[in-house]
Order: sequence, then C-alpha cells, then structure tokens
Amino acid sequence: MVHIVKRKEMPLPRAFAIRAGIIALALVMCGIVTMFMTGLNPIDVYATMFKGSFGSSRKIWILLQEIALLLCVSLALTPAFRMKFWNLGGEGQVLAGALAAAACMICLGNSMPGAALIAVMFLASIAAGALWAAIPAFFKAKFNTNETLFTLMMNYVATQLVAYYTIVWENPKGSGTIGIINQKTQNGWLPIVGGNKYLLIVIVAVLLAVFMYVYLNYSKQGYEISVVGESPSTARYVGIKVSRVIVRTLIVSGAICGLTGFLLVSGSAHTLTTALAGGRGFTAVMVAWLAKFNPFIMFGSSFLLEFMESGGREISTIYGLNQSFGNILTGIILFFIIGTDFFLTYKVVFSKKEGKENA
Amino acid sequence: MAKQQPAVSLRGISKSFGRVQANNNVDLDIYRGEILALLGENGSGKTTLMNMLSGIYFPDSGHIEIDGKPVSIGSPKDAFNHGIGMIHQHFKLVNVFTATENILLGLNQKGKFDLVAAAQKVKDICDAYGFNVDPNQKVYDMSVSQKQTVEIVKLLYRGAEILILDEPTAVLTPQETDKLFAVLRNMRDDGKAIIIITHKLAEVKDISDRVVVLRKGEYVGEMTTAEATPQQMTNMMVGRQVSLNIERPEPEMKYRMERIRVKNVTVKSREGITKLDDVSFSIYTGEILGIAGISGSGQKELLEAIAGLQPVESGSIEYNVDDHQVEELIGMDPLKIAEMGVVLSFVPEDRLGMGLVGSMDLTDNMMLRSFRKGLSPLTDRREPRHLAELVVDELEVSTPSVTTPVSKLSGGNVQKVLVGREIAAAPTVLLSAYAVRGLDVNSSYIIYDLLNRQKGNGVAVVYVGEDLDVLLELCDRILVMCEGKVSGIVDGRTTTKNEVGLLMTKLGGGEA
Repeated sequence: MVHIVKRKEMPLPRAFAIRAGIIALALVMCGIVTMFMTGLNPIDVYATMFKGSFGSSRKIWILLQEIALLLCVSLALTPAFRMKFWNLGGEGQVLAGALAAAACMICLGNSMPGAALIAVMFLASIAAGALWAAIPAFFKAKFNTNETLFTLMMNYVATQLVAYYTIVWENPKGSGTIGIINQKTQNGWLPIVGGNKYLLIVIVAVLLAVFMYVYLNYSKQGYEISVVGESPSTARYVGIKVSRVIVRTLIVSGAICGLTGFLLVSGSAHTLTTALAGGRGFTAVMVAWLAKFNPFIMFGSSFLLEFMESGGREISTIYGLNQSFGNILTGIILFFIIGTDFFLTYKVVFSKKEGKENA
Repeated sequence: MAKQQPAVSLRGISKSFGRVQANNNVDLDIYRGEILALLGENGSGKTTLMNMLSGIYFPDSGHIEIDGKPVSIGSPKDAFNHGIGMIHQHFKLVNVFTATENILLGLNQKGKFDLVAAAQKVKDICDAYGFNVDPNQKVYDMSVSQKQTVEIVKLLYRGAEILILDEPTAVLTPQETDKLFAVLRNMRDDGKAIIIITHKLAEVKDISDRVVVLRKGEYVGEMTTAEATPQQMTNMMVGRQVSLNIERPEPEMKYRMERIRVKNVTVKSREGITKLDDVSFSIYTGEILGIAGISGSGQKELLEAIAGLQPVESGSIEYNVDDHQVEELIGMDPLKIAEMGVVLSFVPEDRLGMGLVGSMDLTDNMMLRSFRKGLSPLTDRREPRHLAELVVDELEVSTPSVTTPVSKLSGGNVQKVLVGREIAAAPTVLLSAYAVRGLDVNSSYIIYDLLNRQKGNGVAVVYVGEDLDVLLELCDRILVMCEGKVSGIVDGRTTTKNEVGLLMTKLGGGEA
C-alpha cells in the first residue's frame, strides 16, 4: 500500500538544495528528450538557447524588456489573486489600456503637445484597464458571479473591440493593420531614457514591483486584501466592507494592466493589433503562482519563462525545429518545479498489505 | 472482569503530522461488553487514535490486532469489514432520504434492493436496543438526537461490533443524553465494545466502565471508573493538580445598570426561515448572562445581531451609554458601532473562520480591529506586536513566536489569542459563543477566569455555552433558547439542570 505522509518541516538550506537539484534534473531530462526527439547534442542546444537570449547586448535588452512587460502584468494580477479573486482577464485589460492609448494617439496626435498627449494617454489607459476589471468585480461583489468566467469573457470583448478599431483606423487603407502610429511626428511615443529605448519600461517594472511589495505587505489596503482573501466573514466581523475592497482591488489590478497596455503602445510597439497583449495575461498567471505572489520572486519566474521563450525561438530558427519544441522544454521544467513543492511537503511511504511495518 | 481476549488491541501506535507527533507508541486494549471512555486534553491525540482504528488515517508505526489477529486497516471499508464503526461529531446523512435509505446507502448488497425488508430489519435493531426511530422518516424532519440515532443504527445494521463515538453528547440535551446512555448500556450488555470520547467528566463517571487517559499523544494510564473521582481523572489528564471549582463572585450591585436592551427582535435567514422570533431581554453591567439551548436555536443569530453582523427584520437593540444617552444598534455594522464609541467585543463560535485569520501570524491578527488607526496609508505593526507579546505572556499561549500563523496553534491557544485580543480593547460588552468548545480543562479554566475578571470590571458579559454544568456554575442569570424563542430566563444560583434542560426542549416556563 502507498501512503502519503506529511513531512516534518524542512530546514531552508536543504529545501534550497533540493530545488537546485530538481532544476538540474529538469535540465538533464530536457537534454534526454532533445536527444531522442531531434538527435541533436543537448549541450549545443542549451548553448544556442543561451546565445539566443544573451548573444548580444540588443538581445539582452529585448529579453529585459520582455521580462519587464510580463512582470508588469503579473504584478497587476497579484493583488486580485491575494484576495482569491481569479482575474484571468489580464489579456483584455491590457488590450483595453492599449486601445485607449492608441485612440488618444490617433485622435489627439496632431492637436496636442507631446508631453500633454503622453499624460492623457497614460490616464486614459489606466482608466480603461481599471474599467475592464471593475465590471466583473462589481458583479462579483453585488451578485457573487463567477469572476473566472466573467474576466475570461471580457477578454473576447476587448479583442473584438480592438479588431473593430483596427479597421476604423486602418492605415494605409486595405492593409488590415493600423501600422506605426504617428511615425513621422513620433507624437505620443515615450521618450528614450538614458540613451536606451528599452530602459524606461524596465525601470517602470522595477518601480512597480517595489510599490506592489510595499502595497501588499505594509499598507492598510494590502492588509484588507489579505483578510478578505483568507476569510470574508472575518473581514465583515471587523467591519471591512468586502464588496468595496473587491472593487477597489480590481481597479488597482486593471489599472496596472492598462498601464502595461500603454507601455506596449507608447513605449514599444507604437501600433495596435489584436495580438498585442501576446498571451501575457495568461502567462502572468503562471508567473504569479510560481512566485507564490511574491513580487520579488516574480523577477525570477518571469525571467525563466521569457528566457525559455526567446531561447526556444532561437533553437527553432537555428535547427529548423518548430516553436513548439521550446514549449515542450518549458513544460518539462515547470513540471519539475511544481512537482518539487509536493515532495517538499509530503513524502510517500510504501508499506506491505498486512500492515507489518518494521519499527 | 475476567481476563478475556481483547476485541481490539493497539500496539505501539505512532502517528505524526509533519512536526506534530499526534500519537506516540500507544498501547490500548478494548474488550467486548464494556464501555471505555477515552479521556484527554485537546490535542492529546484521542480522535487521531480512533481515526486510525476506523481507517481514516494509517499509523506511521505499530500494529492493530482484532481478536488476536493482526490486521491492516487502510480505509473505512476495511474497518467495517472488521466490525469497527465510528460516529463522528458531524453526521454524514443525506437529508432528503429516509432513515432506512440512509442506512442502506453505500452498502452495495447483491441481489434485489428490498427497502421493505431493510426497514423491518432496522425496526428489529431499534426494538432490540430501545432506539426510537421511524425507519421511514426523512432525515430533514429529524432532531439532532434522532440523526445521531440513525448513525448508530447504520453501524449496527452493518454488523458493527466495535463502536466509537466522538463527543456524542455535545449536541444533545440532558434528557437526550440519558436516552443515549441507556441505549449504549443495552449495546454493552449485548457484548459490543464501545469507546466514547468526551470532555465531560460527569458523563464519563455516568456511562463508562473503564477510563483510559492520553496526554500529549501518549498513554498515561487507566482507571476503573467506579474507583475514580473526577478530580483524579483531571489530574491524570493534565499531569498535575488542578482546581475544579468555577468561581462566581456576586455582581457589584452599586453600579449595576441595564447595558443592552433587546426588544422584540425577529431575524430571518436568507431562505426566509425564522431564526429569532420576537426575542426580548436585557444585559446588565457586571454580570455574566448565560445563554443555553440546543445548538442552532438562534444563539449565533442573536449574538451576531447585537454585534451588527446580522440583518434584523424587526425590533430594536438599544445600547445605554449612560442613564441619559441611548444608541440604537440595529442597522449598524461593526465599524459604525465602533465609531459611535461603543466598545463591543465579540468572541464568535467559528474562531478561525470569523474571529481570526488562520494564515496570518499573531501580530497581524492582533491588528484586525485596530489596523485603521492613524492617517498613514501604511500599517503600524509595533503596537499589535506588543499586544501579541502581552497576550502570549499573560494568557500563557504556547506558540513558537508571535510570527507563527495562528492556524498552527492548538484550539486552546487559538482561543486565548482571540479572547486576549477582544479583552484588550477594554470592552463594555463582551459577547462570547462557545468560548470553551474544544478546549481542555486547563484552558477552559483560564477562560472562565478571564470572563469573571471582565465581570468584575463592570463589563456586561454574555456566555453562550453548551455544557450545562458550567453554565450553572458560572453564570448569574441563564437565558434559555428554544427554536429561536426565549423559553425562559432563570437565576443561575437557584435553577437546576433539569429545569434548564426542560426549557431547552419546550417553550414556556417561569421568569426569574
């Protein structure tokens, strides 16, 4: 018979060593899979992945920017998740913010000075993202609707809205895309900071992480979020207005998603497509969970996912594999990491059927 | 009793959950034709031990013998096959089924499904042992005591020879308890082995033949009930001499005033069921008002209505600040009540689900009520930490540190943290629901003492309790509830257990 038994608490260094060992094991496993499926030398494959991410300073900066954008969305979801409100609408909230930013750029681009335009875009994006999250939050607070489904469906609404405006603002006519907005004037484009066009987004992400850490762990609102998440009846018992906290928290969550949409349009893509959010709203769920909702550990988890993404892209072009191969490797590594948690808290005991355990 | 072959022998049983050693090397023999009381403080491992016998847990080491043969019990089904059945504190019955249907549920007999024959068999069992159950009655129509009976009959129907009852009397009135005990004696005389887990020493004395005491997961000794006194049992349980008297100081009459007046309060649940029906009474300063009643008679709704957590259909709840100023509490939420300057503390029944946040540490739990203080958007944890340290010190909370999540503490310590916080607010009214439920003897006495000290400070204390012996010893007045109505208010010093018990089951009766 097999029994699963809870472990005694494990000393930190040992737990850490086990985690490191597991990651090494995952890499070995990935190597074996690579060898069997592609016949390639796994060491070479790893080297190529590494080069794909860190090969040049431009590649490093692109990686950093991707990490920063993913981190922003993850940080946005975190307060909602701490409250056990499963906001799966990051994708739609980012798009709503992006749509608002693009709308400002296109409609106000020629009638406003650059700095004022950026300020308006910033506010509009935040408001749009916040609204997109506040709608499901309101219904959750008032009617206890299922937030998972509601936020998911809001994604489709946002995508369709963007698809509609892509045709309205089509440029040039017939291309089916908006193209680079304000390419000549660069009005509404975020300025280049420190001589590096990727730096600003990275700085924003780091500041956001610090803010979120303090907000969740040291602010009164963060405290309310934890209480509501753990036990709504305790919250009511001490006079916390649960529905207000739900709506307020989702406004924060959506606003940061909207801000990410703004960064995407104004600071990086300078255009609007339905695929602009790029699945970050969902990948961010994974980033947040892997980090157990700790903003600083999210640096690590978003690095891991983005590294695998860019490395996977590199091996698929160099070796002519398709992009899915990178995803297979990511899957193996995640499987190992998540599995570790189980073995850190439980152990499996085998015993004979007649219960004659040796003492 | 002759040295017969034990029905069940546990040998060297150990079980741990993570760092917590729930049972350590326990040996225990259970004989046919006897009622064994398993006694121990909270967290002494009684329920864990019995859960291993009934197949819910599997021991880490040690073995179990039934009629001298070693067996392995890996699931409740295995336990059944060996004739072991357990009645848990929470019943596992399907409400829309009849007694017979519930009894047959999950039996998977071969052949035709014969409800009539089964009902006859159920009736035979009931007659044989003196149970009072209609086989065709639906469970939702039954009282708690009838549901418990169905659970017992279910085990007997399946041929259980060894019955384990986990705190069976917690939900019963004294009269129902007597009935249950009569049935248990019949079953014992029929040669069944019965194990009963309880905290109430009077009941142990009343029903059992032999007492086995566990302490901190280990077997510490056993006694023949007839030769043991409650004092001896307690000492063995706690491991040192303890006093079993509850103090009841006379209320200070000089400053006595009516603090809260509840008038004609009616409360309906969301489904429209009347939970409180036209309830009126007063709470005075410097007294402990006990509230007795079968659980679910409206005690929870009553306290929550006063604390501003329960919407009220009609009636009024007045709070007297002093002789001239009166505030209405209905329509207020806890925050508004606090803002009015009314310091109303509430120790709810569901400690971790309502009074505290289990995953938070002691410090964070201390600031649940006070975290809003100050204009800064950030929380200040210095004061809560001092308070946590103070509570740990004064109430002897056993915890590794004030940064330990409260869910890792034992029941008694969780309650000390909660009561400590509520008392620290220097309340004028202290509402407590089942303040000592699940607490061991020692912790219970600490809580009684705390309540008495609040009473001495002129606080109006409300104590909702289930143990009538305690209510009769501790409270100045006892309000008895039955089906959402006040069936009587009696003087705690002159009333009897019988009088209160009768009021719990029927309406009417005298006012004190």
